[in-house]
Amino acid sequence: MKRLLIVLAIAVLAVAALVVFLSLGDQERIQDVPDQPVASAQLVARGAYLARVGNCMGCHTARGGAAYAGGRAIETPFGSVYSSNLTPDAGTGIGDWSADAFWRALHNGRSRNGRLLYPAFPYPNYTMVTRADSDALHAFLLSQPKVRQANKEHGVRWPFSSQPALAVWRALYFRPGPYQQDPRQSADWNRGAYLVNGLGHCSACHTQRNALGANADMMDLSGGLIPMQNWYAPALNSPAEAGVAAWPLEQVVRVLQTGVSLRGSVLGPMAQVVLDSTQHWNQDDLRAVGVYLKALPQSTPPQPQAPAQVNTVVAAHGAKLYEQHCVQCHGDQGQGIAGAYPSLAGNRAVLMEASANLVQIVLNGGFAPATAGNPRPYGMPPYVLLLSDADVAAVLTHIRTSWGNRAPLVSELDVSRQRSSGSQ
Amino acid sequence: MRGIFPALLLAAATGTFAAVPVFEDSMAQRTLACSACHGKEGRAGPDGFYPRLAGKPAGYLYNQLLNFRDGRRHYGLMTRLMDPLSDAYLLEIAQYFASVDLPYGLPRAPTADPAMLQQGQLLATRGDARRNIPACAQCHGEALTGVQPNTPGLVGLPHDYLSSQLGAWRTGQRRAHAPDCMADVAKRLTLEDITAVTSWLTTQVPAAGSKPAASLPRPPDIACGSASLPAGRQAP
Repeated sequence: MKRLLIVLAIAVLAVAALVVFLSLGDQERIQDVPDQPVASAQLVARGAYLARVGNCMGCHTARGGAAYAGGRAIETPFGSVYSSNLTPDAGTGIGDWSADAFWRALHNGRSRNGRLLYPAFPYPNYTMVTRADSDALHAFLLSQPKVRQANKEHGVRWPFSSQPALAVWRALYFRPGPYQQDPRQSADWNRGAYLVNGLGHCSACHTQRNALGANADMMDLSGGLIPMQNWYAPALNSPAEAGVAAWPLEQVVRVLQTGVSLRGSVLGPMAQVVLDSTQHWNQDDLRAVGVYLKALPQSTPPQPQAPAQVNTVVAAHGAKLYEQHCVQCHGDQGQGIAGAYPSLAGNRAVLMEASANLVQIVLNGGFAPATAGNPRPYGMPPYVLLLSDADVAAVLTHIRTSWGNRAPLVSELDVSRQRSSGSQ
Repeated sequence: MRGIFPALLLAAATGTFAAVPVFEDSMAQRTLACSACHGKEGRAGPDGFYPRLAGKPAGYLYNQLLNFRDGRRHYGLMTRLMDPLSDAYLLEIAQYFASVDLPYGLPRAPTADPAMLQQGQLLATRGDARRNIPACAQCHGEALTGVQPNTPGLVGLPHDYLSSQLGAWRTGQRRAHAPDCMADVAKRLTLEDITAVTSWLTTQVPAAGSKPAASLPRPPDIACGSASLPAGRQAP
């Protein structure tokens, strides 16, 4: 018995030592003296562009708040993480951060004092960012107006909030290291991979997270439900979802630049990404992203199964609702109206297995992003107040099984889960 | 437009032309997402909550769209719809609804007792100097149909909408650009005041062809950020 206790005690100490080692061991030394804040206009402009590419503002600006002053809640299954103040205010922002400290945060997920950051800040992606790009971002942020706004305390639950927990998470899921060029691939492909997997942090949504909030294989972009938002970020490597291997390169560029294309359009969280980020990317970078996404190793879509037989009452109800509410814009054959309303017949967004986005769109409506290339989008009305869960299920089932569409039925339960889970 | 013709041709070829919805490249078509709740052309929804948009001053409507998007007003459906839209497009949407000229619906039959209606009328037209409450008419116009460019009319709105807005101003749920005059006024109102003034306002019939006033006869006593500043994005 005594022996067992000793063994146990040694094991506990060993684990504790490992955790301490993990949390301190890979800490890189930094030059912590703030740099001379004299950056060339060119460097600042480069940083401004990169901040758009990374959509830093998307998290680091609160709704209606001062640019880059933080305070926006990022809801996670572990609690709320509040984005930090990135303005050059010395007390509350990053005014006294050196370029070294800034780079270590991106590259190694550590705050200026060495504390481990929550991976809600996507440093597993940003670790790929080059030192030159990091310095440009730093110079840009320091050129912004100072905003005195103290950071909010995070609302993450213990034990996930503890430094040892983060150390273990990092040991399991994080390897720091800048992007390694693949010499077998073209310059465009490499640039695309750097943007998609680095600053663009596409995998933050487009790869499924495991129970510990990590992307097991960050680069596969095989689609995932976005935690807490209940939108499904479709697979970018699947011809059955949002894969673009068969798209002309121009259409990939166009959808990222304008939000709409001849092959598909964006809604929901991706509309926000296009509005705030990708519409501002330069043509070369968009083409590089297209080249990379087109070349992603493709998953084999599951063999389409014959959809379950639709209950005749549900089918009639769905058809009637379609006639009342949908036909005016989406057409009696689900053909849509080119340039205004998407077709529903044969549309991958309608046919893919996950029905979350369809339910979101019917309940809450939506617009494509109002971009420079598509400044006056047409809108879809919300039906959350008009249609019951059973109604939404019936009309979506009708859409998923008509005009040659053969997709899984949508149940009332699917809809009620969405309605009760913060879709308001 | 180019993309529409193949759809029409296809429809004609398959003999279903009559069933093809009439599509037009117009703001009414683009804003179907709005009219689902606010009524056709923004004439006010049928359920007694969603306010009329038609004919309200464009600056007021534009400020409200920005307020929803930027978190100074809270209604999840509105916020989510506004999120992907640009300032320029929101302004165009505001101008469109401001330009719609539609007759008002019928006023509500009075349900409050005469004493309460009288109190409401007093507050709306004279205010209460003792409690430092200005008359609604002082800022919203003698006819209470609003004032160009940024002040909304108060007549022709649903009862539940008006009372919930005054309640939201009072609790700080609804905000406007500083100095936030409506918040100051609403905080001086009691719940009874809100019931009284709302009841009286909803019994008023806007005259045929009512429009927002071009300007106020004299400047109001209180400072109003949303009324005096140009409509649009302000410093947070």
